[in-house]
Amino acid sequence: MNDLRHRIHHNGGLLAAIGLFIVMFIIYISNHPVGLTVAVATTASNKAVLLALVAMAQTLPVLTRGLDLSVGMVFILANCLASVIVIGTIGEGLLGITVVLGAGALAGFINGAIIVWGRLQPIITTLATGAMYYGIALYIRPGPGGDVQSDIADLATGQLFGVVPTTLVVLLVIVLIVWLPYRNSVPGRAALAVGSNEQAAYMSGVPVQRAKLLAYTLAGLLAAAGGLMLTFNTYSGEASAPIAGTYTLNSIAAVVIGGTSLFGGWGSAIGSIFGAFVLRTIEDLLFVFDLDPLWQPLFQGVVLLAAVSLGALRVLRIRNRLELFT
Amino acid sequence: MSDAAPILEMKHVSKHYGGIAALNEVDFVACPGEIHAVLGENGAGKSTLIKIAAGVTDPSEGEVIVEGRRVNFRNPTEAMAAGVVCVFQELSLLPDMTVADNLSIVSPPLRGGLINGRAQRERARELLASIGCEDVHPLELVRDLPLSRRQMVEIAKALAKKPKLLILDEATSALTAADVEHVYTIIRNLKSAGVGILYVSHRMHEIEALADCATVFRNGRRIETFKKGERSVSAIVQMMIGRELIHHYPDKPVPKPAAPVALSAKNLSWGTQLRDISLDIRKGEIVGLGGLDGQGQRSLLLALFGVLKGVSGTVEVMGKPHRLSGPRAAMRAPLPLALIPEDRKTEGLMLPMNIRDNISLASLSHFQKGLRFDGGKEHSAVGKIIDRLKIKISDLAAAVSTLSGGNQQKVVLAKWLMTNPGIILLNDPTRGIDVGTKQEVYQLLRDLADKGVAVLFYSTDYAELIGCCDRVLVMYNGGIAQELMGQHLNERTIIETALNVDEKGQVA
Amino acid sequence: MSEPKLPVSAFPALRFSFDRSLIIAFTCIILMLFGGALYSREFLSPEYLLQQLQISAFLGIIASGVMMVILIGHIDLSIPWTVTLGAMMATAFAGWYGDTGNLLAIPVGIFCGAMVGLLNGIGVAYLRLPSMIFTLGMNAVVQGLMVLHTGGFAPQDHATDAMHFLAVGRPMFGIPNALLIWVVVGAFTTFLLTHTAFGRRVYAVGNREAAAYLSGVNTNAVIIWCFVLSGAAAAFAGVLLAGYSTKAYQAMGDPYLLPAIAAVVLGGTNILGGRGNYLGTIAGVILITLLQSILAVMQMPEAGRQIIYGIVILAMLLAYGRGEINRK
Repeated sequence: MNDLRHRIHHNGGLLAAIGLFIVMFIIYISNHPVGLTVAVATTASNKAVLLALVAMAQTLPVLTRGLDLSVGMVFILANCLASVIVIGTIGEGLLGITVVLGAGALAGFINGAIIVWGRLQPIITTLATGAMYYGIALYIRPGPGGDVQSDIADLATGQLFGVVPTTLVVLLVIVLIVWLPYRNSVPGRAALAVGSNEQAAYMSGVPVQRAKLLAYTLAGLLAAAGGLMLTFNTYSGEASAPIAGTYTLNSIAAVVIGGTSLFGGWGSAIGSIFGAFVLRTIEDLLFVFDLDPLWQPLFQGVVLLAAVSLGALRVLRIRNRLELFT
Repeated sequence: MSDAAPILEMKHVSKHYGGIAALNEVDFVACPGEIHAVLGENGAGKSTLIKIAAGVTDPSEGEVIVEGRRVNFRNPTEAMAAGVVCVFQELSLLPDMTVADNLSIVSPPLRGGLINGRAQRERARELLASIGCEDVHPLELVRDLPLSRRQMVEIAKALAKKPKLLILDEATSALTAADVEHVYTIIRNLKSAGVGILYVSHRMHEIEALADCATVFRNGRRIETFKKGERSVSAIVQMMIGRELIHHYPDKPVPKPAAPVALSAKNLSWGTQLRDISLDIRKGEIVGLGGLDGQGQRSLLLALFGVLKGVSGTVEVMGKPHRLSGPRAAMRAPLPLALIPEDRKTEGLMLPMNIRDNISLASLSHFQKGLRFDGGKEHSAVGKIIDRLKIKISDLAAAVSTLSGGNQQKVVLAKWLMTNPGIILLNDPTRGIDVGTKQEVYQLLRDLADKGVAVLFYSTDYAELIGCCDRVLVMYNGGIAQELMGQHLNERTIIETALNVDEKGQVA
Repeated sequence: MSEPKLPVSAFPALRFSFDRSLIIAFTCIILMLFGGALYSREFLSPEYLLQQLQISAFLGIIASGVMMVILIGHIDLSIPWTVTLGAMMATAFAGWYGDTGNLLAIPVGIFCGAMVGLLNGIGVAYLRLPSMIFTLGMNAVVQGLMVLHTGGFAPQDHATDAMHFLAVGRPMFGIPNALLIWVVVGAFTTFLLTHTAFGRRVYAVGNREAAAYLSGVNTNAVIIWCFVLSGAAAAFAGVLLAGYSTKAYQAMGDPYLLPAIAAVVLGGTNILGGRGNYLGTIAGVILITLLQSILAVMQMPEAGRQIIYGIVILAMLLAYGRGEINRK
C-alpha cells in the first residue's frame, strides 16, 4: 500500500537499529554459557535500560537540532540525590523518587531556559551547566556511598511474574506515557519542526520556544529516571565524572545508531533505545568471547567507530554532490 | 468594492534598520474582496511592508490597524490569529516532515489531546485536491518534493488558515504554467468570497491578469496607488525604477556560425532527470534553456559543472575531452567554466562574510605568492570588478547579507568574472531581483558574449529568454525537446514546446 | 534585511577590530587579577603572572588547534587522548631508540597526533560523518590503543631532557619556554588565518560549505588540514605536558577538552563556525587559566569549583555570546 511504503521510508533508521540489535543479541545468547534464562535477561536488561533512558533523554534535544552534553551529569546528580533521599519507608521512598525526578526536570528546564531565553548554543550551555550539575552531585555525595529504599529497589531490578525483567516494563511504561504522547502532541511535533527548519517553524507560527523548553525539560526528567534506576542497581551513589562522561558520549552514539539525525528534525526515541541496546550488547559480546581485558577498550572503540561509520553509506547513495553539505 | 471597511490599514509606518530607513512614513490600505498588487524593485520596502503586516517584524513608528483595531503583532502567530496570513518568498515549509504534518502544523485535528493522524491526512488530501495538487501524497516528505510542488503546498497551507487577508510574496516564482492557472482561479474565488489579497510579483503580466489595483514602492516610500488600467506598463516600470527605460534588452548581433564550439556535450544522461542530451555552444553565443520548471534544466547545468555523480555521456571543451569531476576541474578546463547557482543565499554566497571575501573566493589562487597572500593585489582587483558591475556598497568590509537581492546577485557574478571564465552557466540568475538589475545583467551577458564568452542561460521567464538569447533549447522531461531561433523564437512557440503539445495554449 | 550586527570582521587582519566579546573578555581578565590582588598581593607579582602564562601555554596550544576545527563548523572531541597519545608516543620512542629516540621523540609525538587528526579529517570530509560522533569514536580508539600500549609493553614513560627543558626551562630573561612556544604557535595560527588563501578558505567552509565547494574550494582538503592541525597541536601540548610533569600517564589529557572549547568560544569564535579571531582565543585561554588558578588559590573544594566554573562561563557567554533573535 502506498501509505505503508511511505511509513517504511520514514522509519528506515529505526528498523535498521532493531534489526542490528536482534542479530547481535542472538549471537550473544547463542554463545552465552547458560543461554537465555530469566536471570541472564534481567542482568542484561538492568544494565541496558540505564543507557536506554539516557539515550532517550538525549534524543529530545537532538530532534530540535540541539544537543545536551549534560545528560550524563544529570544522570549522576540523580544517582547521588537518590542515594540520599530515596530512603526510609516505601512512602518516603516514593516521595524521594518524585523529588529526584523533579530535580532532573528542573536541571533540564534550566538548560532549556538558558538556551531559549539566553540564546546560547546548546553545546556550550550544557557543557557549562554539566559542570555545575556535577559540582552539585559532588557536594551531595563527596565520596561514594549512601543507600536506597530496598523494597523499591528490589522490585525495580527484579522480575514481574518471575519472567519479565521489571526494568524492561519500566522502560515500556516510560515510552507509553512519556514518549508516545509527546511525539503525538502539538509541542512534540513542534520540536521536530524546530529541528527541521527553525526559521520556517517560526514563520509558520510554531511555538518554537515552548517546544525547546519542553524538550530539554523532558530530557532532564528522563536522565534523572536513568539515575534512579542506577541507584536501584547499585544501592549507592557516586559522583563520578568518568561515568557521567561515558554515559553522555554513549547516549550520542546510541541516538545515531538509532537512526536519529544529529542535524535534527528526524528520528525517534524508540530508535535510541535500540541504539543503546546495541551498544550494551557489544560489551556483553566481549565478555562471552572472553577477550583479554587489555584489548577490550580498543575493541570497544573500534566497534563504536565502525558503528557510526555505517552512516557513511549515505555518501554512496548521494548523486548530487551538493547534498553532501546539508 | 474598495468602499468596504479596510482589512489592513497602515498609518505613517516607518521601519529603520540601524540608521537606514527600509520603510519611510508609509500609508497603505488593503480592502476585502480586492486583489492589490505591490510593486517595486528589491529593497524598495515591499518585503518590510509584508513582514510588518504578517507580524515577522514590528514597525519603528506608525500604526497598524486590522479591521478597525490597532494591533501590535509580536509574532506571526498573532497575525494569523487576526486573519493575516502570508505565503513567504523563502518557503516556510519544514523539509523533514510530511505534507500532512506541514499543512496542519499549528492547529492539527486532535483526539484526546493528541494529534489525530488519520483526520490530519484526510484534511491534507482535501486541501491538496482543492488546489489541483492530487499528485502529492499527504505522507510524502516535503524535502522529496520538487520546488514547484513545495510552493503549491505552501499556498495550501496558507489557505488552510482561512485568511481574511492573504499575502502572496513572489508565490508563483517556481510554479508550472498549469499551477499558475490553478492559483489564479483560487485567488479569484477568494476575492469573490471577500478575502483581501496582497500580491507581490516581479512578473508584469501576472499583475495585469490579476490585480484590481496596485501600489508602487521605491526607496522605502509609497510612490502611487492606482486602479487597474489607469497606468501603462511602461509608466509603472518607470515609477518603479525612477528612470526611463530605453531598451528592455540589448540588441542581438548577427549570428556568426564560424565561431569555434566552446562547449560540446554528447548523450548526457543522469538517472531519470537527464535523457540523452547533446548540445553545442559556440564562443560568443548566448544559448537559453527553457521549458517548464523541473524538466532537467538545473540538473543539466550542475552536470556540466561536474557536481552530479554518475553522469554518462561525453563533454568536450574547445574540442578537448573534459571530465565532469567537480567545480575545480571545471575551472581548470581550456575555457574555464563558471556556474551562477540557483540559490544565491545558500549556494552562491557566504552571507555573514564581507563583500571582498565573497568576491575573491573563487580566484584566491591568483593572489597567492607561495604561502603568502597578496592583499593589495586582491583589493585593487575586487575594486575594479565592483566598479565594472556597479555594485552599490558602502564598505568592502560590510557583510554581504546587508546588500539588496540584486546587489547580492551581482556579487555572485563578480566572483565568477574574477576567474575570467570562457563558459558561463547561469541558473535562473534574475529570479527575485529588481528590474534595474535585470537590465544590467542582460547587458553584461551580451557584453561578455561579444568578447567571445559562451553563455548557457536558464530562465523561468520566457520573455527574458526571447529577449536575451541567440537561440533557446526547450527541455521537456529531461531531454531537449526542440531548438528555437530567429523568428521561431517567440512566447507562443516556447510555451507550446514546453508543454510538449501544440493544442490550446491556455496559459500566458 | 537583518538586524545591524556587530562589526564582526570575518577576516580579521592584524588590525583586530575590538568587538564586544574581546573587550568583555579582557576586562574580565583585568577584574579577576585585581579581585585576586585584594585576596593576596601575590596576584599582581610578575612571578605569578609569568607562572600563569606558562600554565596557559599548554591550554593555549591545544586551543589553537581546537579553534581551527571550530572555525570550519566542526568539533574535535578526540583532544583528551590525542594529548595523551602525543605524550606517550614521545616518551616511548625515546625509550625504544635511545639517543636517536631522544632526538626524534618530540617530532614523533606530534606526528602521531597529526595522524589521528588525518583520520578524523578523512572521516569527516570523505565519509561525511558528524565530527562530534566521529572524533568521539577516534578518542575511544586512541584510548584503547594507549591502554594496550602501557599495559602490554611497559615502555619508558619518562620525559626526555629536551621535553623537560621546553616545558619548564626559562633561559631567556626568565620567560618560560612554554610561553615562547605558545607565542610561536599563536603567530603561526594568526598568519595562517589572516595572511593566506588557506585561512580565507577556512572561514568560507565554516560559513557555507556548499557555496565554497561551488566556488572551486577543495573543501575536503580544508577540513582535513584543520583536523591535522588540531591533532598535531594537541599532541604537541601533550609532549610539553609530559615534560612539565616529567612523565606521561593515562588520561592526562582529560582535563583539557572542556577548557579548550570554552576558551575558544569565550574568545568570541562562533561554535557553528565561520567567525572568530585568534586574539579572542588568547583572551579565552588566559581567562580560563586565571579562573582555575583563583579557585585553586582560594582552596575552594572541587564541588564548589565546578559550580563556579560553570556559572562564570555561562555568565560571560550571556554577556556577549548570545545568538541572534528570530524576530528582526
